[in-house]
Amino acid sequence: MATKEDVRKLAALARIAIADAELDAFTKDFDSILTYVGQLDALELPHAGATRPAVRNVMREDGTPHETGKYTERLVAQFPQKDGDYLEVKQIIAHD
Amino acid sequence: MTKPLNEYTIVEAARALRARECTVLELWDACRTAAEEKNPALNAYLELFDADDAAIAAAQKRIDAGDTSMLCGIPLAMKDNILVEGKTVSAASKMLEQYRATYDATVTTRLKKAGALFLGRTNMDEFAMGSSTEHSAFGPTRNPVDPSRIPGGSSGGSAAAVAAHLCIAALGSDTGGSIRQPAAHTGIVGLKPTYGAVSRNGLIALGSSLDQIGPLAKSAEDAEILFAAIRGHDPLDGTTIDEATYPPVALPEKLTIGIPRALIGQDGVDPALRTVFTETLSKLEAAGHTLVDIELPMSSSALAAYYVIMPAEVSANLARLDGMRYGHAARGKTLLDDYLLSRTEGFGSETKRRILLGTFVLSSGYIDAYYRKADAAREVLRAEYARAFAQCDVIAFPTTPSAAFRFGEKSGDPVAMYLEDVFTVTANLTGMPAISVPMGAVETEGARLPVGIHFTASHGGDTLALLAAREVETAR
Repeated sequence: MATKEDVRKLAALARIAIADAELDAFTKDFDSILTYVGQLDALELPHAGATRPAVRNVMREDGTPHETGKYTERLVAQFPQKDGDYLEVKQIIAHD
Repeated sequence: MTKPLNEYTIVEAARALRARECTVLELWDACRTAAEEKNPALNAYLELFDADDAAIAAAQKRIDAGDTSMLCGIPLAMKDNILVEGKTVSAASKMLEQYRATYDATVTTRLKKAGALFLGRTNMDEFAMGSSTEHSAFGPTRNPVDPSRIPGGSSGGSAAAVAAHLCIAALGSDTGGSIRQPAAHTGIVGLKPTYGAVSRNGLIALGSSLDQIGPLAKSAEDAEILFAAIRGHDPLDGTTIDEATYPPVALPEKLTIGIPRALIGQDGVDPALRTVFTETLSKLEAAGHTLVDIELPMSSSALAAYYVIMPAEVSANLARLDGMRYGHAARGKTLLDDYLLSRTEGFGSETKRRILLGTFVLSSGYIDAYYRKADAAREVLRAEYARAFAQCDVIAFPTTPSAAFRFGEKSGDPVAMYLEDVFTVTANLTGMPAISVPMGAVETEGARLPVGIHFTASHGGDTLALLAAREVETAR
C-alpha cells in the first residue's frame, strides 16, 4: 500500500510538487498501478539479477566533433536567463 | 484516377507526379487545404508549417529530371517529438511549448534527402505517454472514423492525419504500441521496426530501451517505402544496427503464422473483434498460408514488466527537463524552487505519475522486487519468442483488445488505459519488428470501427512483417 507520505517523498525526490488537493487521487492511482505491476512478484523466474541482462548501455565511440560554435547561437537563444553566452542560474553558495 | 490528390497513397502520388497528372505544388496544396479545412475539428496537427517554396521547387525539378525517389515531392506529417531544424517541437508538453529544434533528426535529414516535404507536426500524448492523445497538453485529437472516439495514442495525431487524408503518410514513434495501436484504431498501417533499425538521433526520448521511430501509412507498400528511406546505421545513434547485425531473413512464398491461442482467448478481448480476427486467419489459410498454435506464457506478465521498465527509463530521461537550459522555466526563491516549479508547472499529470512510478521502482529497497524482476521477465519473454520463431515466420494476434473507445472512458483509470497496450508492448520489450494492418471492422453502438491484425517477426525481419501485412491486404 502506498501512503500519501510515500507519494510526497517520491515527488520530492523527482523534483515535483504534488498539491494537497491532488494527493488523494495521486495516491489512489499510484496504488492501483503498483498492485497491477505487483503481479511480477508471483513469477517464478531464473533468479533476477543472476544473469547478465541483455539490455545494456551503448555508447558511441568518440568521433570527429562538429566545428566549435556551430550550435552555440541557437542553444543560447533558448536559455531562460543568460549573460552573454553564459547560462545564468541562482547563486547556490553564499560568500559569508 | 478521379480521387482527390490528398487521398493518394505514396505509390499513387509518385506515379501521378511522374505521369504529369499533377505537380508537387498541387499535391502539397491539396493536403494543406484538407488539413486547414479539417484540422480545427480533428486537432491532428499542432502546427501546420508554411510551404517551403524552395523545397517544393527542388522536388519538382528532380521529378522533371527523372529522379526515381518515391518520396520526392511527397507531403508528410511528423509527430511532435521528431526534430525538424528551426521548427517548434514540443512533445505536446507545456514544458517544451516554445522549444525550437536546433538540428534535424537523422530521419528528417534522410527524408529531406529523399525529397519529402513536411506539412506540420502532429499531436500526441505528452512525451508519448498514453494510448489516446487525451494526455496532450494541447487538447485531444479526434478519431476521423468517429469523432466521439479517441484515435489511439500516443501517435494519435499522425494516425488521424493519415486516416483523414490530411497528408500522404506520417512518422510516429512507438515505445509500447504508440504507432500500431492508433493505426489499428484509425484503419491504417503502422510499423514498429526492429529496435535499432531506425536512428533515434533527434527523437525526444521516452524509454530508451524501447523507443523506435516508424511509419504510419495508407498501405503496407507505403510503410515499406518510408521504412526503407529512414532505416540504417547512424553514427549519431550507437544503438542502430546494420545489415549484418541479425541473420538475413528469407521471404517465403507462403507464410507459417504462429497463433498464441491462450493470449487471444483471454478475458477483455472483445468477442466481435475476436470473430473478425478468426475470419482473417481463415482467409489467410485459404490463400495457402499455414497456421500453427504456439505458446507464449510470459506474455501475460509482459504489460506489468513494461509498466516497470518504461517508467524507470522515463524518470531518468525526463530528469534533464529542469527549467535551467531550455523549456518551461519558472522562478522561485531558491534554486530548488526553480526546479520544483518548472517541473510541476511544465509536466501534465500522466507524466508526473510515470516519473514518480519510475523513481519508486528504481529506489533502494524496491529495485530488486520491481525493476530487476521486470528485466528478468523481459529476458524470459524474449527467449519464448525466439523459441516460437523456430516454428513460424510471424506471430499473429489482434493489435488491440477492442476498437477505439470514447473520450473519457478510460482517462480516470490509469490501469484500464495501460491495458490498451497489452498486445503491443511485447514487441518493444523483445525489440522485434511488428506491424498493424486493418483486418476489418466491428459494429459498436451504431458505428463501424476499424480493427487491426498484428504481426511480429524475429529481429531484423521487418520485411517479413511487411509481407504478412500485404498478404492481409490481398486476402481481405
